[in-house]
Parts: sequence; structure tokens; C-alpha cells
Amino acid sequence: MPDRITMQVARYRPEEDGGQSVQAYEVPCPKDWVVLDGLNYIKDRLDGSLSYRWSCRMGVCGSCGMTVNGEPKLTCETFLSEYGSGPVRVEPLRNFPVIRDLVVEIGDFMRKLVMVKPWIIRADEQDVSAGEYRQTPAELDEYKQFSMCINCMLCYSACPIYGLEPAFIGPAAIALAQRYNLDSRDEGSAERLDVLSEHDGIWGCTFVGECTEVCPKHVDPAGAIQRYKLTAALAGLKSFVLPRSAR
Amino acid sequence: MAKRSLEPILWLLFSAGGVVSALLVPILVLLLGIAFPLGWLSAPSHEHLFAVLRHPLTRVALFGVCVLSLFHGAHRFRFTLYDGLQIKHLNELINLFCYGGAIALSLWAGYLLWVVP
Amino acid sequence: MSDQSAEHPGYTEYHPRWLRRRPSTYWWLERRAYLAFITRELSSIFIAWFIVYLLLFIRAVSRGDASYQQFLAWSRHPVVLVLNVVTFLFVVFHAFTWFNLAPKAMVVHVGGKRLPASVISASNYAAWVAATAFVVWLLLGG
Repeated sequence: MPDRITMQVARYRPEEDGGQSVQAYEVPCPKDWVVLDGLNYIKDRLDGSLSYRWSCRMGVCGSCGMTVNGEPKLTCETFLSEYGSGPVRVEPLRNFPVIRDLVVEIGDFMRKLVMVKPWIIRADEQDVSAGEYRQTPAELDEYKQFSMCINCMLCYSACPIYGLEPAFIGPAAIALAQRYNLDSRDEGSAERLDVLSEHDGIWGCTFVGECTEVCPKHVDPAGAIQRYKLTAALAGLKSFVLPRSAR
Repeated sequence: MAKRSLEPILWLLFSAGGVVSALLVPILVLLLGIAFPLGWLSAPSHEHLFAVLRHPLTRVALFGVCVLSLFHGAHRFRFTLYDGLQIKHLNELINLFCYGGAIALSLWAGYLLWVVP
Repeated sequence: MSDQSAEHPGYTEYHPRWLRRRPSTYWWLERRAYLAFITRELSSIFIAWFIVYLLLFIRAVSRGDASYQQFLAWSRHPVVLVLNVVTFLFVVFHAFTWFNLAPKAMVVHVGGKRLPASVISASNYAAWVAATAFVVWLLLGG
């Protein structure tokens, strides 16, 4: 176990010409250090100009996603020791515009989340005095997996379709839609269907499956999407055959 | 009102074709394309094959296999062209080529199976 | 900040200093998973080829014994043979990937409990064996 490791970090300074460059730093490598610890060491001791996002450092906030040795990872959950004697290459998350160094622009992602109407939609809201909406454990299990998303965007980074077609709504958004569609309290599937069955909605997905592979929370967005394709296809078929009764 | 696009139907055809081609095409390629020509298994007599082919059920089943597999292949290839070659801006041409090809070959299949003596 | 982005997903405002990296034409070579994916997708070409071959086979059988034998001789031609061997490999790859992934789309509930993916996969493979056996029986015996 080496006690120092080289981190090759991508730098980009918009105020200068010259595009992206790589800067190498040598950081200590205790057994329990993660990539984020290395970045914090660089910022604290070696080069304060390095910019990157992080917050909880325990894999629940979704802020610290970056590309580590070509793979999208949460840097707070990726141990330096996984890379042996190194070097460890840290780049900004792929498929997003880079604002500075390791910081990417996430506005597109945020807007897409909102597009799928991620809230309980009901025809009639129950009055508060009527008490709570009840749900059995089995009903909870139907959508629980899809509610575990921490919005880290690793799936968007891994998805080649999103890289090729930025209008594609993307894995996390569809999984989020499913989280509500499958919730027994929700009555909004038809509204979400309109958004998702656009051409850049679910039909752009070709089931590469990498989104599920990289998800740190085992949400399985690929599964959510394929399942939804079947639902949407049958609904689409119905609307073709019986245009009026479909709604 | 959900936009009335063809995508859901094309996807259903793709899925059905995927199942059918996954179940039947491997063994058919092995027998018809490799084992019989090479004589690994003695090729069935013409009499026997012809009798199987003529049967109306066989003809209908074969038609189904052909049409579904063709649409499966067409749909998949269309997306391969979009994403693999990044020529999505030529989408009208691609769709015409893929689905048009599938329709043309389906018509040929229908004709051939109809005219089996 | 302008609200145009809300109507045009994927559109980000004009920021000339944001670094935008476009995917390379060879993006599918960059990761093993992408290469496996493209290989799977290319099986579509071979499925189409096989249907053409099947139709030619059907036509040959329809025209009588002589044309059937001629067709078998033609399919012994090295180019055709190699093509069919490659087709076989791609088609088998398609079948395996299809049966492994199909459970994702089909969530089946039996008696209130969800069937595990392995059960659905297993039944797909069982169906494959049955279909194969049927075709063999049909063509060789019957």
C-alpha cells in the first residue's frame, strides 16, 4: 500500500484561454481516504484555486459526482486504495458543460426533474380532517426503490443517449416519474404520460443499461424506463384504437 | 391529449419481434444456414419440407416470424444509425429506409408464402 | 435569467465560456459496456439478413426438389456460409441479452408478491428450449 498517490485533476479556467488541462498533485493515501479527501487535501494544502462541489461526504446529497478514471463516481464513496499505486484521474462529470475545473452546469437536469411533475397529483385533495392517506407496506414497496434517487446525475453521465442528444429527458427524471406513477396515492399518470411520450422522452432510450450500473443508490433507472415503456406503449395503443375513451 | 405518435406501436412491434426472433431464429439459422448445407445433419427430404411448408399454419406462423423479426431489426437499426453514426438529422431518410425496407420485405414474404403451390 | 430553457429542454443559455465537449464518433469504443451495447444492436442487421435467407429458402423449396438442392449447394459457398455463421453468433448474443433483460420490463405479481427476475428469466430460457425442440422436431422428424 503506497502512502502517496498521484491525482491527475482536470483544470479549466474560463477567464483564461487554453481550454482544459491536467494538473498532477501528489497526495497522501491513508487506507480510509476517498477521492474527495484527496481533493480536499489539494485545496487545503496544495492549490486553493481548485473548484469542485461536495457536501455531506457520505453518499446522500449527490453533490460530489465526477468522472474518476473514466467512470462516473461519487468521490466521497470511491476509495483511493481502489486504484492501487495510481494515478487517479479526476475529471468533471461527462455530458455536462463545464463551468470551471470540476464544476458542471446542472440546470438542464434540474429543469427536467420538474418536467415530470414530481409531486402527488390527485383529482380531489382529501380534507386534513379526514386524516392521512394510508398505504400498506406492499404499496410502499412498489415505488420505494425509485424514491431512493439522490439526484447525483451519475446516470446522465453514463448515458450515451444523453451525451448525443441533450434534449433526452434522461434516466433519473423517468425513474422519478415512475416513483409517483407507482405511488398508490397518486392519480397523475396520464399527465406524466404526455411529457414522457414525447420523442425525447422515453422513446429515445435504447436500453444501454449503464445508468443502472453506475447508480450509487441502486435505483435501477433502466428497469424503471423499460417498465414504463410497456405501460406507455399499451396506453398509446389504446389511444390509437380508442381515441376518445383513452382519457 | 397524448400526442398520437407511432413510437409506442413501433416499440411494441420491436418487442414482439425481439421475443420471436430470440426464440426461433437461433435454431433456424443453425439448421437452415449451417447444419443442412454442411450435412452435419442429413438435410430433410424435399418432400418433407414441402409438406411442412404448405401447411396453412406453417405459412401463417412463418409470416408472423418474418414480419415481426423484420420490424424488430428495422427499429433497432434505426436507433443504431441515430446514435452510432450520429446522423439523427437524417431521420426521415433513415425511417424510410428502415421501416420501408421492413414493409417491402414483409410484402415479399407475404407473396412468397401465399403462392406456395 | 431568460425562461427559454423551460420550453426547450437540453437548451442551455449562451455561455461562451462554458466548456462543452461533444461526444466523439467513436464514443462506443470508449467503454466495454458501450461496445457490448453496439454489438447487441448490430445483431439487427443479421436478423434482417436471416429473414432474407429464410425467404430465399422458402422460395427454393416451393419451386421443387431441384431448386431446393441447388439452394443448399449455394448456401455451401464460403461467403454465404461464413455470413450465416456470423449471423448465428450475433443472433445467439441477441437471444441471451434479450432473455436477461426482459424481466426488467415485465413486473409480474402472483398472489400479491412480485415474481423475482430470475424466475422470469428462467421461464424465458425454458421457452427458448421448448421452441428450439419444437423446430427441430418439425424439420427433422414430424
